[in-house]
Amino acid sequence: MAANEYVVRTKGLVKEFRMGEESVRALNGVDLDIKRGEYLSIMGPSGSGKSTLFNAIGGLDKPDSGSVFINDVDMAQLDARELAYLRCHTIGYIFQTFNLLPSMTALENVTLPTVFAGLTTDDGIERGIEVLNLVGLGHRLHHRPTQLSGGQQQRVAIARALANNPSIVLADEPTGNLDLKTGEEIIALLRELNKKQGVTIISATHDYKMVDVSDRVVWIRDGKIAKIEERADIELAVGTIKDETAH
Amino acid sequence: MSTHTAPASLGTPEKQITLPFSKAWEISMKSIKIRLGRSLITASGIMLGIAFFSSVRTVVLFPITQTGAAAEAARSRHSFLAIMALLVCFVGIMNSMLMSVTERFREIGTMKCLGALDQFIVTLFIIEAGIMGLFGSMIGWFLGWLIMVIPHMFGGGAHDLNRAFFGGSLAQAAQSVAIGLVITLIACIPTARSAAKMPPAAALRSEI
Ligand SMILES: Nc1ncnc2c1ncn2[C@@H]1O[C@H](COP(=O)(O)OP(=O)(O)O)[C@@H](O)[C@H]1O
Ligand SMILES: [Mg+2]
Repeated sequence: MAANEYVVRTKGLVKEFRMGEESVRALNGVDLDIKRGEYLSIMGPSGSGKSTLFNAIGGLDKPDSGSVFINDVDMAQLDARELAYLRCHTIGYIFQTFNLLPSMTALENVTLPTVFAGLTTDDGIERGIEVLNLVGLGHRLHHRPTQLSGGQQQRVAIARALANNPSIVLADEPTGNLDLKTGEEIIALLRELNKKQGVTIISATHDYKMVDVSDRVVWIRDGKIAKIEERADIELAVGTIKDETAH
Repeated sequence: MSTHTAPASLGTPEKQITLPFSKAWEISMKSIKIRLGRSLITASGIMLGIAFFSSVRTVVLFPITQTGAAAEAARSRHSFLAIMALLVCFVGIMNSMLMSVTERFREIGTMKCLGALDQFIVTLFIIEAGIMGLFGSMIGWFLGWLIMVIPHMFGGGAHDLNRAFFGGSLAQAAQSVAIGLVITLIACIPTARSAAKMPPAAALRSEI
């Protein structure tokens, strides 16, 4: 286990965006080790670099310098096929805007990653139904995204992220487009999946409800890690965090 | 259920498999069917362009009544019109194909997150464009032909519609469909390829 204690490691991640003359350092040297099976929240104000970090860890965008290791494999060393395999099998993605394919039903959306993984149609459907049941949407298999509420769409997206049994689920503001109560339900679901399935959850968010369920919270500001809090610290500090955010 | 496969930290990382063409076909068909309205609009763009081209070409099949220099002038006017029609066609089809790929950038980004290979995404778009190009061009050719033939018939030229005319029409139909299909693919492939090559983050960011 020791060699695999960390499912994700980043070393000196830097990402700069140039817009004409100006340039923004969205990531400015991020070193982060994420433990297998933990629920990690990446917290920070809007524009602090959360999504950029999400993209770098998920292999959705290349950093300018620094490296990301997934299961001790340097992502920069992967070719297109290996990267596609990683996105298909090892990581599941959840977005603020759900990003379901509008032309497909809930079940078809959830089945798509199993198609890319090479499962037969029957096995894919079986797996799709299984994960949709897991997220409590077994009764909405054949609805299209437009026929589902925001919370239900996000559940479909979570089911889709789990379809190929990934070891990591990456979420970017998963509650950002949801009302308070629905957001809480989604957070509870993610936590439950983390506990029951053992899947590592990494969630970028500025939703403070997320703090309560996290094993660790990484506070990021201006592209740098400001501090990392462990579960024990969080429980002590929960009151103060809530006070701070009320400003 | 929580039987995660052992991390691939030993040896070489695994590679994504290539899916059979039938899978791409299946997904493309579903996509065309479900966005039928949108597919029809794209196909109409192709259809109108080819209808214009076909109408200009069909006229050439009617016997030329002028002689000498006048006939020569008529011929070159037809060639000019045919070239113009092709240009209109090209721009029209280019426009509808560009739109139909661009409006699906997010979808492309999403599919890449789920493990799609770039080539698979390009294949999806080629199938969709090919089908729209094929049917759009066939219907377009027929419309253009009909628009020229009906007035000609009622104008007393029914006897011109002889075997030679239908033979020529058939050749032109094949030409129209080939041109429509080729333009559609020329418009679609580079766009789809560059969209598929984008990092998923960039594709997902696009707001349409
Ligand atoms: N594609 C981009 N082009 C230019 N600037 C960008 C781009 N993506 C992010 N940025 C900038 O990088 C910084 C961090 O952005 P982001 O990672 O999206 O923050 P967060 O997700 O925490 O709100 C911001 O200043 C943002 O404007
Ligand atoms: Mg963000």
